[in-house]
Amino acid sequence: MEKKWERMSADEKRESRFQTWLSAQGVQFQSPQAEASYKAAVLRLKDAILMKKTPDRVPIFVLGTFLQAHLYGVKPRDCMYDYATLISASKKFLEDYKPDYYGSPAFIGSGRILDTLDYRLYRWPGHGISENSAYQYVEGEYMRADEYTALIDDPTDFWLRTYLPRVFGALEPLTKLTPFPNLWEIVGVSGWMIPFGTPPVQNALKALMEAGNEAAAWIQQIRGFEMEARGMGIPTNTGGAAKAPFDILADTLRGTRGMMLDMYRQPDMVLKALERITPLYVKQGVGMAASSGNPLVFIPLHKGADGFMSDEQFKKFYWPTLKALILGLAAEGCVPYLFCEGSYNTRLEYLTELPKGSCFWIFDRTDMVEAKKLLGKTICIGGNVPSGMILTGTAEQVKAYCKNLIDVAGKGGGYIMSFGTSMDEGKPDTIHAMIDFTKEYGVYK
Amino acid sequence: MAKDLVKTLADLKEEEALQIVEDRLSAGEDPLKILDDAKRALEIVGKRFSDCEYFIPDLVYSGEILKQITDKVKPKLTKAAAAKRLGKVVVGTVAGDIHDIGKDIVVFMLDVNGFEVFDLGIDVPAEKFVESIKKTGSKVVGMSGFLTLAFQSMKDTIEAIKKAGLRNEVKIMIGGGQIDEQVKGFTGADAYGKDAMEAVKLAKGWLGR
Repeated sequence: MEKKWERMSADEKRESRFQTWLSAQGVQFQSPQAEASYKAAVLRLKDAILMKKTPDRVPIFVLGTFLQAHLYGVKPRDCMYDYATLISASKKFLEDYKPDYYGSPAFIGSGRILDTLDYRLYRWPGHGISENSAYQYVEGEYMRADEYTALIDDPTDFWLRTYLPRVFGALEPLTKLTPFPNLWEIVGVSGWMIPFGTPPVQNALKALMEAGNEAAAWIQQIRGFEMEARGMGIPTNTGGAAKAPFDILADTLRGTRGMMLDMYRQPDMVLKALERITPLYVKQGVGMAASSGNPLVFIPLHKGADGFMSDEQFKKFYWPTLKALILGLAAEGCVPYLFCEGSYNTRLEYLTELPKGSCFWIFDRTDMVEAKKLLGKTICIGGNVPSGMILTGTAEQVKAYCKNLIDVAGKGGGYIMSFGTSMDEGKPDTIHAMIDFTKEYGVYK
Repeated sequence: MAKDLVKTLADLKEEEALQIVEDRLSAGEDPLKILDDAKRALEIVGKRFSDCEYFIPDLVYSGEILKQITDKVKPKLTKAAAAKRLGKVVVGTVAGDIHDIGKDIVVFMLDVNGFEVFDLGIDVPAEKFVESIKKTGSKVVGMSGFLTLAFQSMKDTIEAIKKAGLRNEVKIMIGGGQIDEQVKGFTGADAYGKDAMEAVKLAKGWLGR
C-alpha cells in the first residue's frame, strides 16, 4: 500500500486525498439530504480549485475566528475558557446561516492551556487585553540576531531548548536539558537523565502534563462539534496548516523589526535559515492533511504583502521558499490554501508561476479584476468582500458587491466567495446577504 | 562632507554613515549640524517611501541607523535643538487593539516630515485621547487599528471627543488594515488614509502647510 502511494503522481495523490475527504469516514449523516449536501460542497470546492470544470455554483467561505460566537453574544474570553458555550454558538451559527463549509473552532484554542504554560507570544482576552478583544501577537525578538547558526544547525534543538523556554514562562527550565543527539551509548544514559531529576525541569514537565490534560478535554469538545457539523452536511474548509518560511522567521522568531534589519545586516544567514526550515513546513502540512483526511492546507500570509517589502526583496527573501512550500505540498497531493491579507497587487505576476489547480488564494484587498485577468485560467481565487462593509454596511450594499465579484472574478468558475479576512465580529443581515445572495446568483448555468 | 552624511544615510549605508558621524564628532563639529543632516536624510527616506522606491523594511532600517546616530551625538549636545515644527498631532492605536507596526510608521513619517507627534501608544482608552488633545492643543488626531473591533473603538473615541466639546477643534484621521471609506463614515472621522504618506498629506492639508 505504502509503495503504491510513493509511485503515484501528484495528481493521483491529490485525487486520492479528495476521495478520502469525500468519503467522510466516521460521519453519521443526519439525513440523506445532509449527505448529499456534504458531497456537493466538497465537489463544488474541488471543481473551483482544480479548474477543470465549472462548479455547480460559487462556493462560499464564511471565515471567522470569534465571529460565530460574537453573533450570539458570546465574548472572546468565554470562547477560550468555556468550550461548551463556544461549541453551542458555533452550532447555532451553522443552523441559522447554513454555510457551505465550517471553520473549526479549534482555531480559537484554550485559554487555560495558555495560562498553564504562561504563553508570552500573544495576549488573549482577559490576559493583557480586554475580555472582548481577540487574541493579539506581541511583537518581540524571540530569537536573537546572533542565533541563526543555532537555528540552522538543529532547528528542533533550537525550538526545544531556546524558543520554547522564551515563549512559555513555565518551560523556561527546558534550557537545562542536554541536547538529544548527545545520547548515543550506555555510558551516557545515566548522565543524560540528570536534568530530569531537578525540581525546575520536573515542574516544567508537570506543566506540560497539565496542559496536555486540558488539551484532551478541549479536543474532545472540538471533535464532537466537527463530527456533528459534518453530520449536518457541512464539511470543513481546512485540513492542515503551514506557514511561509519568511513569516516563520518574521512573526514567530525574529519579530517584524528584527527580520527587517536582518535583510540588510545578514542577508545570507536569513536565506540559509529560510531554506533550512522550508521542508519542515511541507512536512507539517502533509502530516496534518493526512491525519485529518482533508487535503486543504491553510497558509496565512503576512509580511510579503504590498508595501511590506520591495519587489526585489520579495523576489529574494519571500517568494522562493513560499513557492517551494506550495510546490512541496502540491507534490504530495495537498492543496495549499493561501490566506492573503492586505493586498498582493504587485505580487500577482509571481503567482502565474504556479501550476494549474495546485492551490487557491483568498485575497483581501487585491484588485480582483487584475487577479482574474492574470490567474483566471490557472489558479482559483477568492475573497475580497470587505470586513468594513460587513460590519458597517447594508445588506443591499453587500449584495451589489457580491454580484460584481461573481460577474467578474467568478466568471467561468475558479472563484470562492469570502470575506478578505477572518472576522472576529459579525452583523447578521450583511452576512446572510453574502451567503444567501451567492447561493442564488452564484449558480452556474 | 556635510553632503556625504545626507547621502549615505538616505542610501541606508549603516557603517559608512556611523563612521562619518564619528569622524565629524572627533573633528569637533557642532553636533546640531550633524543632527540637521540626519534630518535631511530622513526627509529623503520619507520622499522615497512615498514614491514607492522604499518600503517598510527601509523605513525601519533608516530609523535604526538614526537612533544610533542620535545616541552618539546626544552626549555632545550642549543646547537642545530648537526644531521648527509644522504643528502638533496626537496618534495612538485605539482601545482593545495592541498593533503598533502601522501606527509606528505613521508616527515616524509625521515626525520626519516636521510634525511634533504625541504618540499615545497602543490600546489607548478614549479618555486618554481627549486628555492629550486638551493638554497639547493638537489640531490633528490620528487613530490606528488593525482589528475590526477597532471600528467601534474609533467611533467611541470620536464620540468622547465630541462629548468633551473638542470635535470642532480637531481634524481626525483613521487608518489600519481593514479601514476604508465605509468605515470612515461609520466612525465619524474626517478622513481615512491608506498609508503613512497619506497621513502626512492629510495633516499638512489640515494645518495649511
